Amino acid sequence: MLSDLHFRVLTGAAAVALLALSAGAARAGEFERVSPVTDAFTRKECGECHMAFQPGLLPAASWIRIMDGLQNHFGENANLPSDTAAAIRKSLTQAAGRGDGSLIRITEQRWWLRKHDFAPSIWSRRTVAAKSNCEACHRTAAQGLYEDD
Amino acid sequence: MKTILFLAASVALGTGVALAASGGDAERARILDGYAAQAKAPDFTRFSAERGQALYLGPHAGGKVADTPACASCHTRDPAGTGRHYKTGRDILPMAVSANPKRFTDPAEVEKRFGRDCFNVLGRACTALEKGDFITFLSNR
Repeated sequence: MLSDLHFRVLTGAAAVALLALSAGAARAGEFERVSPVTDAFTRKECGECHMAFQPGLLPAASWIRIMDGLQNHFGENANLPSDTAAAIRKSLTQAAGRGDGSLIRITEQRWWLRKHDFAPSIWSRRTVAAKSNCEACHRTAAQGLYEDD
Repeated sequence: MKTILFLAASVALGTGVALAASGGDAERARILDGYAAQAKAPDFTRFSAERGQALYLGPHAGGKVADTPACASCHTRDPAGTGRHYKTGRDILPMAVSANPKRFTDPAEVEKRFGRDCFNVLGRACTALEKGDFITFLSNR
C-alpha cells in the first residue's frame, strides 16, 4: 500500500519534471530572461508608478545616478525615505547589468534600441502609453521574461 | 479549563470587535489628529471636505509636472475610480476611502505621497491644514 503510494508520488514528480524540462526547451527561443526583482522594497516602491525594472537592465553607474536623482525622477518628484532608498540602491547595484553608465534610460541603451527598431507610431498607442511600459507588449516582463515578438 | 476557554473566547471576541471598529478608521483618525495638532493656529477650527475637494480638483499652477495641474489629473475627477499615472499608464488604486479602505492608514506612506505629489502638482509642500482637508474630503467619499 505504502509502496504503491510512493510509486505514484514518484511517477507524478517525474512527469512534472519532464513537463518543466520540455516547457523550458520550448520557451528558450521565445523568451529573453532577466533575473527577477527579489527585493521587497524595490518591488513595492518602484512598482507603484511603473513596472519595477529588473536590476540587470541597467549598469550600476546608471542605477546610482537614478537613486541620486529621485527628487527629479524623469521630471517628477519621487523622493523616498533615506533608509528605503538605501535598501533599493543596494539591491539594484548588486545585481546590475551591463551597458552605458552615462545613460539612465533603459530605452536609450544600445541593446534596447537594437531590439526595438520599429515604427514610432507604436509608442503613441494608448495601451502602450510609454516606452517604459514593457508589459504592454511583453506580458510577462514583470517576472523578467521578455517575450520576443 | 473553563477559565482558559473563557479567556480564549474573550480574546477572540476582543480582536473581532477591535477589527470591526477599526478597519483603518482608527489609524486614519490618528493621522488626522496629527495634522490637526500641526495645523493648530488661532484660526484653525476643523478640517473641511469642501476645501479638500477644491484642492483635489484644482487646477493649480506652478507644479513641477506640467501635465498634472490637479490631483484629479491622475486620480480622475471621481476619486472612487481607478486612476492612471499620467506618463507610465500604471493603474492607481482609488483615493476614496469607500472604494479603498486602506487609504490614509499608514502615516509613513501618507507623508511619502504628500511629500512628492504636492511638489509635482502645486510646486510646493502642502500645509498640515491642506493635508487634513484632503484626507477629510476623501474619507467622506
